[in-house]
Amino acid sequence: MGRIIVITSGKGGVGKTTTSAAIAMGLAKKGHKTVVIDFDVGLRNLDLVMGCERRVVYDLINVINEESSLNQALIKDKRCNQLFILPASQTRDKDALSQEGIEKILNQLKKEFKYIVCDSPAGIERGAQLAMYFADDAFVVTNPEVSSVRDSDRMLGILASKSQRAENDEEPIQEYLLLSRYSPSRVKMGEMLSVEDVQEILSMDLLGVVPESQAVLNASNKGIPVILDEQSDAGQAYADIVARYLGEEREHRFIDEEKKGLFGKLFRSK
Amino acid sequence: MDALTQHKPALEFKSTTINVPTLILSSPNLTEIEALLKQKIAQAPEFFRHSPLILDLQALSDHQQELDCSETIRLLRNLDFLPIGIRGANMAQKEEAATLNIPVLSNLPQSSAAAEPPPKPPVEKTTAEKIDEPTKPIENMLINHPVRSGQQVYSKADLIVTATVSAGAEIIAEGNIHVYGSLRGKALAGASGNSNCHIFCSDLQAELISIAGTYQVSDEISDTAKNTPVQISLKEQSLVINPLK
Repeated sequence: MGRIIVITSGKGGVGKTTTSAAIAMGLAKKGHKTVVIDFDVGLRNLDLVMGCERRVVYDLINVINEESSLNQALIKDKRCNQLFILPASQTRDKDALSQEGIEKILNQLKKEFKYIVCDSPAGIERGAQLAMYFADDAFVVTNPEVSSVRDSDRMLGILASKSQRAENDEEPIQEYLLLSRYSPSRVKMGEMLSVEDVQEILSMDLLGVVPESQAVLNASNKGIPVILDEQSDAGQAYADIVARYLGEEREHRFIDEEKKGLFGKLFRSK
Repeated sequence: MDALTQHKPALEFKSTTINVPTLILSSPNLTEIEALLKQKIAQAPEFFRHSPLILDLQALSDHQQELDCSETIRLLRNLDFLPIGIRGANMAQKEEAATLNIPVLSNLPQSSAAAEPPPKPPVEKTTAEKIDEPTKPIENMLINHPVRSGQQVYSKADLIVTATVSAGAEIIAEGNIHVYGSLRGKALAGASGNSNCHIFCSDLQAELISIAGTYQVSDEISDTAKNTPVQISLKEQSLVINPLK
């Protein structure tokens, strides 16, 4: 049976879609059959970041409404044969999502895929709640600033109380903290919350830090998940995160300026 | 017509529970009853004036003693009581009550009626007091996970949180509150009015603290108490924050 991972945050613009694309690609590259679903109906972005926007024929809503089969809607990634994308509809809105429809699709996908990555829309409304309702694991993406942390805290509360697991009194959703757009130099100057601050406020363990990086923007614009840019700090950070999620021990990087070491230097000279 | 009246029906029925004094009679002697009642009223005239009352005749019925129901009701009304129900009556009394428009209520469970001490002066004990006694002990609430922003926790007794209470979260207890983590949200102890309740926390960063309705917001909390372990109590209508050693 596959495992459902939701990438969520509460606040918008923190890097959910970038993370979804990178994590899904990372898992697939490790040899796990993975599908990434765009739940942001009406504002589809994932296909752009994945670079498959010109191959979208059917979408999530078509499958829910049984206008197409699941296999017709799934887009196979050209770079990794273990990865599939289920895009969102751009002509509909989130009211088109039904819980029963999503449950049916996820149950079908669970039989075929090892990991199902759900890219949640921002906010805590219907779209976001449906994206996380059936989840087994949640990656909570947070930026090191107070409003993002507050929204993540709110989202963690919703994960703990409004998911299927919570409602059935099962083992709770496993939560992972992912701190993105982190800039150690700005933390030093007191312009950003530090890793410790965020961890203290959210009282949860850190899965990884993704540094603020030009590579992310470049990758998004080119439609290449940033994890494929192995030279970049952000790409390496995501590779670490995937490895840690899969149970590997890896030391945290990109938290301090000093610890950047060779990779840091390499990057600064760029 | 405005939006509000469009959606709200003109009337609705709701079930409600109220405490009403019950007059338990154990003697059919109306003169005696009248004398005792007047004696009681003299002690607290304001309390008894226009007080609703339920007439309990179970003790009399158990001993096959006959009481003139209409006369009793008249007596009570003359003394400014408002009888609103009768229970434990025999068939004849029930019919009398019905003609006087007094609702006939169902009898109390036999066990509690038997537990009633019969030789006491009749007005002494009311079922109102009995209803106040909890049927089973109210349990304290223990929470072992963080209380997140937007979440609300309500405990009928004490509330113990072993983790952080986030900013934007609300913890409310009718008893004391203990937080063995950072308290960043709102904490309201003694929510039903118990001013003897306390708030204990190992790291005070609260947005608001309140005991029995007396509150302080974060701005009013002294800086020396912030980020330290404290005990908060209510003294003479103001909150007192003492360090916990």
